[in-house]
Amino acid sequence: MLKALQLEPEKCTGCLQCEMACSYENEGVFNPSKSRIKVFNFHDEGRFAPYTCSQCSEAWCLHACPVEAIVINPMTGAKDVLEDVCVGCKVCTIACPFGTVNYNADSGKVIKCDLCGGDPACATACPTGAITYVDAEHTGLARMKAHASQTIPKN
Amino acid sequence: MKHVVIGAGPSGVVAAETLRKLDASASVTIVGDEPEAPYSRMALPYFLVKQIPEEGTHLRKGANHFAQQRIDIVQDRVTAVDRAAKSLTLASGGKMAYDKLLIATGSRPVAPPIPGMDLPGIFSCWTLADGRAIAQRAKPGAKVLLMGAGFIGCIILEALAQSGADLTVVEMEDRMVPRMMNDTAGNMIKAWCQSHGVHVHTSTRVTGIAKGSAHPFKVDLSTGQQLDADLIVSATGVRPNVEFLDGAGLEVQQGIFINRHMQTNDPDIYAAGDVAQGRDFSTGESSVQAIQPTATEHGQLAARNMAGHTGAVHRGSVNMNVLDTLGLISSSFGLWMGKPGGDSAELVNRERYRYLNLQFDGDTLVGATSLGMTQHVGVIRGLIQTRTRLGKWKDKLLEDPTRLMEAYLASTQAVGFNAALLK
Ligand SMILES: Cc1cc2nc3c(=O)[nH]c(=O)nc-3n(C[C@H](O)[C@H](O)[C@H](O)COP(=O)(O)OP(=O)(O)OC[C@H]3O[C@@H](n4cnc5c(N)ncnc54)[C@H](O)[C@@H]3O)c2cc1C
Repeated sequence: MLKALQLEPEKCTGCLQCEMACSYENEGVFNPSKSRIKVFNFHDEGRFAPYTCSQCSEAWCLHACPVEAIVINPMTGAKDVLEDVCVGCKVCTIACPFGTVNYNADSGKVIKCDLCGGDPACATACPTGAITYVDAEHTGLARMKAHASQTIPKN
Repeated sequence: MKHVVIGAGPSGVVAAETLRKLDASASVTIVGDEPEAPYSRMALPYFLVKQIPEEGTHLRKGANHFAQQRIDIVQDRVTAVDRAAKSLTLASGGKMAYDKLLIATGSRPVAPPIPGMDLPGIFSCWTLADGRAIAQRAKPGAKVLLMGAGFIGCIILEALAQSGADLTVVEMEDRMVPRMMNDTAGNMIKAWCQSHGVHVHTSTRVTGIAKGSAHPFKVDLSTGQQLDADLIVSATGVRPNVEFLDGAGLEVQQGIFINRHMQTNDPDIYAAGDVAQGRDFSTGESSVQAIQPTATEHGQLAARNMAGHTGAVHRGSVNMNVLDTLGLISSSFGLWMGKPGGDSAELVNRERYRYLNLQFDGDTLVGATSLGMTQHVGVIRGLIQTRTRLGKWKDKLLEDPTRLMEAYLASTQAVGFNAALLK
């Protein structure tokens, strides 16, 4: 069964362990600015919201790519960026209506969450269970997906 | 059912694949006149600087992709459409029958009416063949003149500058990318390019080109100045490929006029991509957007309608562009120029080349321009296309437009997994 990241902001304390783990796993450095998951800080309310790609089924990024550099990973269902094929044109970064594909100027390519190939480092690192990797049928996820599909009608 | 698609660009290819997915038994044929495997014009700049080989520009990488999908690719040019007989005339002499036809023939560059434009050695950067020719000539140190600093011109500018050429760009309007950037942003891009060694002439026209002695070309500018050039690249505008439709009775304005089912005035003929004049999400009017995301969106929607899924109504495509000029990344979306009576927020930092401009209609975001922004840019599209009511977040954005991502999370995710947190 496919699994997906479940993000529960109400459990997030803003410790940024996920960003550290993500950037280390994927870029080899402890640098939150290179992380594919981001924790947003709502100063006024003293709250935090972790946020990353939901691997939406519309796959706007994949369809916008001019060179077939974004593909569906059959094992995880994630939309993976093939680094050696990506030319760095950035069209996916404006096409993704969730803003979860970002350009990395150092590599000249785009980066996005690929679920670490099925063992997401952010979920492992999260000390409070705000980020979990769960079966895709899980109820909390259904809510996330409902959100994703209601944002932009497909037609 | 026999579906025929004219044009093997992104729009035609996505349409053909979608047709195959929706109708396993239909016959799907693409007629394309370029000699190469279907490729992406967008990838040409990266081919030009040798970042990718020719195959890197191909739309589909699998060698047998189209055969596996049972999509026939015919290399030929359609010279006429006989609507009564439902048949196409091909340049090679044959005829081809269709039940449903998609026209996805794109556009092609037009040369401005300037004396000397017909001299050999002046290129557009539109096809792989152009790409090869330019790559051969844009040597380090070569004096290259680029005519036109529109969106396509600026994309080529990046590649030409990267190849080490001594680059001069001439633009008629008073700033760079005039149809994508306002005065402030367009001139910040100009300043950036100049600080990176590119000679930029705005509010200037090339008035004549002649053979030179020391260099192949001598170029006259409207300012009276004269320049030497080894290579001239022209990016001064395009025209839709519709000539083969002469006499066919299809309605053509800026492009082939289509309704919200991507249909022309002949219900069995559809159009998509750069050749089509379809609905613009922001204005509700029809226009030719000539961008990749719109081309594939059109192609998909046309295919769904051709396959009988007439519920697939086009809500309009958001006009959007992202550009990288020598490392300065810019983007523009929707009504970046604003809507009469709407509020706007602007943040300018000329020293750091940062710019963000948001345009509102009531409390919804309708357009934006950014310079130097690479993170979460896509939410601008998301907010525009969902017409999300920003409520109190609009005022926060007027104060500080950089809080865009917070505004997005607070206003959209509240209906989903963040509901408990942010309602
Ligand atoms: C250098 C460059 C950079 C670009 N960069 C970007 C970018 O960064 N972002 C972006 O959004 N867009 C970009 N674009 C624009 C983008 O490439 C186009 O919007 C896109 O190619 C449109 O796709 P299409 O399928 O409608 O047309 P095309 O890709 O033009 O394909 C149409 C095909 O139909 C063929 N054809 C025409 N007439 C006939 C006929 N009678 N019979 C048979 N075949 C025919 C043509 O030869 C062509 O192969 C760029 C374009 C260029 C040239």
